[in-house]
Amino acid sequence: MKSISNHQKPAVSDSPVSARLSEQELNAAKNARYQAGASNNWGRYLWPVCALIILLVVNLVLDPSFFSLSYQDGRVYGSLIDVLNRCAPVALLAIGMSVVIATGGIDLSVGAVMAISGAVCANLLLTPDVALITVLFVGILVGIIAGLVNGSLVSYLGIQPIVATLLLMVAGRGIAQLINQGQIVTFQSDSFAFIGVGNWLGLPMPIWIVVGMLVVTQLLLRKTALGLFIESVGCNASASRYLGINDKAVKLFAYIIAGVCAALAGMISAANIQGADANNAGLWLELDAILAVVIGGASLVGGRFSLLLSVLGALIIQTLATTIIVSGLPAKFNLLIKALVILMVLLLQSEKFRKQLNGLFSTKTSNNKFGEAQ
Amino acid sequence: MNIRSMIILILVSIAPNAFSTTIGFSQVGSESGWRTSFSESVKAEAAKRGINLKFSDAQQKQENQIKAVRSFIAQGVDGIVIAPVVETGWKPVLKEAKRARIPVVIVDRNVNVKNKKLFLTRIASDFSEEGRKIARWLVKATNEKCAIAELQGTVGATAAIDRAKGFNEVIANYPDVKIVRSQTGEFTRTKGKEVMESFLKAEQGGKSLCAVWAHNDEMALGAIQAIKEAGLKPAKDILVVSVDGVPDYFKAMADGEANATVELSPHLGAPAFDAIEAYLKGERNVPKLISTTGDLFTQETAAKEYEKRRTN
Repeated sequence: MKSISNHQKPAVSDSPVSARLSEQELNAAKNARYQAGASNNWGRYLWPVCALIILLVVNLVLDPSFFSLSYQDGRVYGSLIDVLNRCAPVALLAIGMSVVIATGGIDLSVGAVMAISGAVCANLLLTPDVALITVLFVGILVGIIAGLVNGSLVSYLGIQPIVATLLLMVAGRGIAQLINQGQIVTFQSDSFAFIGVGNWLGLPMPIWIVVGMLVVTQLLLRKTALGLFIESVGCNASASRYLGINDKAVKLFAYIIAGVCAALAGMISAANIQGADANNAGLWLELDAILAVVIGGASLVGGRFSLLLSVLGALIIQTLATTIIVSGLPAKFNLLIKALVILMVLLLQSEKFRKQLNGLFSTKTSNNKFGEAQ
Repeated sequence: MNIRSMIILILVSIAPNAFSTTIGFSQVGSESGWRTSFSESVKAEAAKRGINLKFSDAQQKQENQIKAVRSFIAQGVDGIVIAPVVETGWKPVLKEAKRARIPVVIVDRNVNVKNKKLFLTRIASDFSEEGRKIARWLVKATNEKCAIAELQGTVGATAAIDRAKGFNEVIANYPDVKIVRSQTGEFTRTKGKEVMESFLKAEQGGKSLCAVWAHNDEMALGAIQAIKEAGLKPAKDILVVSVDGVPDYFKAMADGEANATVELSPHLGAPAFDAIEAYLKGERNVPKLISTTGDLFTQETAAKEYEKRRTN
């Protein structure tokens, strides 16, 4: 309820006095309120950005060539671009996931949906006389259907989101394997592969897809009332219903967005390797996506979200993954390091932890003083 | 009429030749291309030897396998071959076979029973020998001087551990052959590509690398794409070697984008039949583990091998 109460409190206190206030004063009050909100908003970016910068500095120490960028074969080439490129699937999933989590739900099926959309596209590409646009359309349609299934289970049948989407998480991979008949289906289609390995304006296509999806979703949610509806449903679904918000439709919509994002991510990963691997495509990526949303500072209880921060979270995860690969540490430490770094990022974000840390240091210094005095 | 009696009826209707050996084969299923060629190979081998093979597909379920083995025992076959889906839970049915004096050969995956006398022998691929074979080829092809990037399999997988062990054993004898980068690609194409991309960046755009050694073909195929996207020529600027022998990899070799692979042999039928036939002739000292390794394939024969495999 945080964001809403912030908006409403001044409005309530305004109304009785507004008659006495001049237009100018009113505007000044509005401005102050806006700025307070904005500065509060920017504070949320501080710690995730800090974490990303620290990771990049670690890379600078490990190997300065990490930052070298060169232009070859009509595209920018370098590790930084790789990080952006490779984080695309998780970033897309994170965009969808933040919307779902903002409604107080969760979508575990996104990894499986990736596998299905990849498998469907790969098989369509192998069918003669299917236009590329049909393949893309059907691929996204898979995401919409998956979202409809998840969304109706959650909102209209009232099943717990974690259980409802677990169904599709398990069944979805089976469906993808069925479509692929248990094999890895490979295809030769330069035009479809373009969305995974192509370049536009010197940058890999997946980056543009993420940017596009981010802009579209951001405009859709923040320039219309939809974003507010989603947050309000996430805070309190029944209160929102009494306010006249169709909470079921809002939830359904959130799952559809997540489904479409997952389908896009699945198409990118299939195009990337020019094959659909039903067993491994998107495996465990739902967890990375949830992690990205959490690193972005969203609450898993719902009611607050920032798409940009979630994408930043995905970027942190991928930077970390690339750092581990470049660092040359044995592979068996991968998961341990990942867990430790993520823990650190989350602790940095926790206000309580920061306060305790401060307290720890201040008592230490006072102890020292005490010791010196003696 | 239930399925079991139907299977028996079908099996009875294909009346076995009283003079030839009858062997029952319980296969896991057909979950991968490799499994399919494994089944085909066993059937072909049986046909060649004039063995009357009773084939049962368990569709990844152990209870189906146990049912199949019991029906083999009931029919009084001369030998049973099992490709187990899981390691546990085989003791009762193996005991039944033992009581019926039918030799059982385990192929591919292991079974976990304390009493090793319950089965005749186990036939399995030797992962470390696969690693040794490919390492020997690489050492020879690079004149004993090579900086290798290793794409490991899933951390903790037997195939990954043993392949690395065999490979490292061989290259330890050559001071100028070294693994300079090593990371897991989790046996998948996507991760293989991602890891290789980073390796190339970390090694001056790949100039200091001479070869990439992947623990399976899928990761190697991903690495090939990464090498191509970095503007280098796979199999020329950076050699590509791996293990498995999947059709896609043969195609890559035929196209000149990969160098060599050691096939994860699907031809486990021949040694299994050898063991059973030896036992039936009175030989009692069959070794408890028979290892097989596939052959090494290079670009020369790749095109022909690809044609042979794609039809499967």
